[in-house]
Amino acid sequence: MENISNSNLGKAVIEIKNVSKSFGDNHVLIDFNLTLNKKENIVVLGKSGSGKSVLIKCIIGLLKPDKGSITILGNPINDVTLTEMDKIRAKIGFLFQSNALYDSMSVRENLEFPLRRHWIKINQNQVNEMVLQALEDVGLKHTVDMMPIELSGGMRKRIALARTLILKPEIILYDEPTTGLDPITAKEIINLMITIKEKYNTASLIISHDMNCVKIASDRIVILLEGKCYAIDSYENLTKSNDPKVKQFFE
Amino acid sequence: MDESLSLKPFLKETGKVSKFTIRYLSKWFLPPYEIKELIRQCYVIGYKSLPLVGLTGFIMGLVLTMQLRPFMVEYGVESRLPTIVGIAIIREIGPVITALIFAGKIGSSIGAELGSMKVTEQIDAMEVSGTNPFKYLVVSRVFATTLMLPVLAILSDAIALYGSYLGVNIKGETSFKLFWNQIFEALEFRDVLPAYIKTYFFGFAVGIIGCYKGFFCEKGTEGVGQSANASVVIASVLIFILDLLSVQITELLGFN
Repeated sequence: MENISNSNLGKAVIEIKNVSKSFGDNHVLIDFNLTLNKKENIVVLGKSGSGKSVLIKCIIGLLKPDKGSITILGNPINDVTLTEMDKIRAKIGFLFQSNALYDSMSVRENLEFPLRRHWIKINQNQVNEMVLQALEDVGLKHTVDMMPIELSGGMRKRIALARTLILKPEIILYDEPTTGLDPITAKEIINLMITIKEKYNTASLIISHDMNCVKIASDRIVILLEGKCYAIDSYENLTKSNDPKVKQFFE
Repeated sequence: MDESLSLKPFLKETGKVSKFTIRYLSKWFLPPYEIKELIRQCYVIGYKSLPLVGLTGFIMGLVLTMQLRPFMVEYGVESRLPTIVGIAIIREIGPVITALIFAGKIGSSIGAELGSMKVTEQIDAMEVSGTNPFKYLVVSRVFATTLMLPVLAILSDAIALYGSYLGVNIKGETSFKLFWNQIFEALEFRDVLPAYIKTYFFGFAVGIIGCYKGFFCEKGTEGVGQSANASVVIASVLIFILDLLSVQITELLGFN
């Protein structure tokens, strides 16, 4: 069952065609196809170990697919140089499951890091302004000079989100954004994701097991089964499905 | 055959470390240069290790002198005590003990730091942020350990000799000037140079092993501990192996 009901929200920002990825005999992705459109939120659902994180790492270039092509904002990334890949990465925000905040740096330095490393020629005043703006977007302006260790789990997630926003990305990839958070904080993060989408017109690919996140944040849902895109449809349509493989995710 | 007794894992690991070292050697002179990070690492690795290295150097010089004195007195060569201690410290004990202390402090810290960065996806985050993590984390650290250990070894030698001077004067009386004159008269170029050169290799070994173990850390937080531990153990063994090789090489070159 591969019901590709493209919602026609705009032109494609990510196009994944026939992507396969294996680790030894473990075939994680098999001829996987997906198109993410502008201003669209797609949630990828799948069992643990089904290849969701592998998919997102292939998109950002941390893993190289064995087969198939990935095009991001019109740029095929299969054979790009590292410099070209970095330019593409500057347009993508990546929220890591573990937040991946640099422990040895303050919140300010964490946020400045992508700005400085993407060699954007801006002066210190502009850097400060962008850092404070990103922190304001996540409601944590007062933490600017704190260290990550001083923050709660929810605050760290917000700071990590602020870091993904600092370069004003066109696409945001979320790797299990609500995992390990209490239901109230998880809901705050989901609402923040929706606010960011509306404010910055971003497209998002979200990996999540949190059904609340799936319901609220998704325009379309991809069900990843046995390395393949088993189904793509809206939350409403998928919840009505009689297919037992689809139903198991919504029961 | 029991896996632990097999040579295969050892050879496999040696191959991986060699590959990692070749990668370092092929990258370290290529831009972008992480100068700011290199300076920061030199400060953390070099300057912050000075109190520990200085303290151990001082105790080493003092204890060595006190331990040697009874035998020197027995053989009637007490007056040669500064010379013997000076040569022993400069040629062998100073560089090796400093390198071992350095491996314990810096090797474990690099292994644990990079290991924890690996398991918390900070290394991936760095790559996504337009940074080559190998250049930023590995090249800067290995270069800093290679540069800083020789400096620390020289300082440690000096502090150890001062400790020895105090040791000499606990039961005897030797002037400060006479003590140093005796040492410098006995020391030759061939005593200092090989000892100094080998500290670069010791520093490199500590850095490369710490970075390798941290960079390829697995198994979550348990792996971080294992990385830190393995960094110290392997670097310490490597220091002795390199020391053995350096003796052979200096012998061949006629420095002994």
